[in-house]
Amino acid sequence: MCGSISILTTLGIIYVLFSEGINFFSQISIIEFFTDTAWRPFGDPENDAFRIGVAPLVVGTLLVTVIALSVAVPLGLATAIYLSEYASKRIKRKVKPVLEILAGIPTVVLGYFALTLVTPFIRNIFPGDTIDIFNALSAGLVVGIMIIPTVASISEDSLSAVPQSLRNASYSLGLPKSSTVLRVVFPAALSGIISSILLAMGRAIGETMIVAIAAGNLPSMTLNPGSQVQTMTGYIVQAVGGEASRGSLTYNSIFAVGIILFLMTFILNIIANYFTKRFREVYE
Amino acid sequence: MTETYREINLSSNHRTTEDTMPQVQETVFSLQSVGIKYGDFSAVSNVNMEIYKNQVTAFIGPSGCGKSTLLRTFNRMNDLVLNSKVVGEVAYQGKNIYDQDVDPVEVRRRIGMVFQQPNPFPKSIYDNIAFGPRNHGVKEGIDDIVENSLRNAALWDEVKNKLKSPALSLSGGQQQRLCIARSIAVEPDVILMDEPASALDPIATLKIEHLMRELAAKYTIVVVTHNMQQALRVSDKTAFFNLEVDEEKDTRTGVLVEYGPTTKLFTDPKNEKTSDYIKGKFG
Ligand SMILES: Nc1ncnc2c1ncn2[C@@H]1O[C@H](COP(=O)(O)OP(=O)(O)OP(=O)(O)O)[C@@H](O)[C@H]1O
Ligand SMILES: [Mg+2]
Repeated sequence: MCGSISILTTLGIIYVLFSEGINFFSQISIIEFFTDTAWRPFGDPENDAFRIGVAPLVVGTLLVTVIALSVAVPLGLATAIYLSEYASKRIKRKVKPVLEILAGIPTVVLGYFALTLVTPFIRNIFPGDTIDIFNALSAGLVVGIMIIPTVASISEDSLSAVPQSLRNASYSLGLPKSSTVLRVVFPAALSGIISSILLAMGRAIGETMIVAIAAGNLPSMTLNPGSQVQTMTGYIVQAVGGEASRGSLTYNSIFAVGIILFLMTFILNIIANYFTKRFREVYE
Repeated sequence: MTETYREINLSSNHRTTEDTMPQVQETVFSLQSVGIKYGDFSAVSNVNMEIYKNQVTAFIGPSGCGKSTLLRTFNRMNDLVLNSKVVGEVAYQGKNIYDQDVDPVEVRRRIGMVFQQPNPFPKSIYDNIAFGPRNHGVKEGIDDIVENSLRNAALWDEVKNKLKSPALSLSGGQQQRLCIARSIAVEPDVILMDEPASALDPIATLKIEHLMRELAAKYTIVVVTHNMQQALRVSDKTAFFNLEVDEEKDTRTGVLVEYGPTTKLFTDPKNEKTSDYIKGKFG
């Protein structure tokens, strides 16, 4: 029942995305869409300022995602290893709910946390105008915090699922605990860990409110974390909130960007699934 | 740690002549009043025994009498069990391995263990064997170590053409010999085996038994087994453990009932319990 509802929903989303997307690509060539490096989809399409290259949005998204992962992967993995291999049951019982709470914070709240606390803090550290008020760094850091629970809890499950017999094998060869964790348990859980990172990455790419609030809405082909960017999701929020009339090029572009977003997260999930399966095949 | 062990090597070499075997026996382990508790539960009490060099010593006895528990005290694997506590003295080459200044990690490097269920790492055959030496800092001659270990574990001919294949693709019996090869690769003195053949078919079992006999030339082996025939076939000494039930206090604990040369224990047991057990009357 639940399964069929989610399949129907997914099919519905695919249908809407692609049927509207076809409208868009009947007006704009796919090549232009992917190769042009400016994204200015508002106003009169006849005007020279009107450009429809999606690259800046993709770059903005990836920039935020990379920043987020560079926060979430080390912290999430450290948390997972600590919880699975070192923490006592008592501490585990205390830390796990904290992770769940973190996972449950509305992203609007996190967005304002980024804008009103993290951004001023970063701008204090790097004085002058090196950091824009809206910037990829602040949004990326907070998206990173948001996805820590995804990395931590799925990785922790995989680490805990590594059979005790493998740890025993390592100890019986005279390896200390640290090497046992690093050389035996971690590699044995690797496919599960990779899958946790891919899922977290998917969440970062799809995250909307934090980037809409804190990253700005200036599509820019930049890898500078201090500058304002726009992500794919950020653009969709902006365009939906604006008054693009139904059927206009601007309106249709929402679906074109949506298709890319959908494909990216979909593919990530498929790869993540593959790794999860591989992990299960070895241990279950 | 190496320093500590050099001292140990110089210390007492207990000799005994009570055995029927002609050669002199060198003591490797000497246990004095050893007991193991899990929390308040006393799983094993008051064990006194010696394990001799280059012999196979078998532990037999009914389920739950603490054979595995006692075996794990020989290389401090019990440390890894929550709430477990060892009392008494487990002297390895004259030095109590439960002394403050002994590093359990180093103990385990010298005293290897093979488990009931084969537990190869999810790596290639080659990497399973190379794992120990590499992590102990060996950089050169790994190929030779792998080959020699596999030869000593009577597995080389079966796997020499597929060293890069996953260890988990081997049969159960091959996996168990791989695990034996893996422990040999770190050059231990003693190999502890907890029912190493209980998960295997009769032919694989015979191979492991044959292997134990061969390994005894170089290593000291302590093996737990439920199979009386196996004890008879492979071991020089046999220790029979049993559960001692205290009706009044309602407690039960594992004790060493009888210990001696295998042939003697099986043909002419001193204790009635032993003779009942080896005749299959209980257990
Ligand atoms: N980790 C543990 N925590 C608590 N009690 C344990 C633990 N391991 C074993 N015991 C208990 O200690 C006693 C001895 O167990 P042990 O596994 O050593 O017996 P065994 O002689 O090896 O039995 P078997 O022949 O079935 O393997 C049993 O009563 C068992 O329940
Ligand atoms: Mg046992």
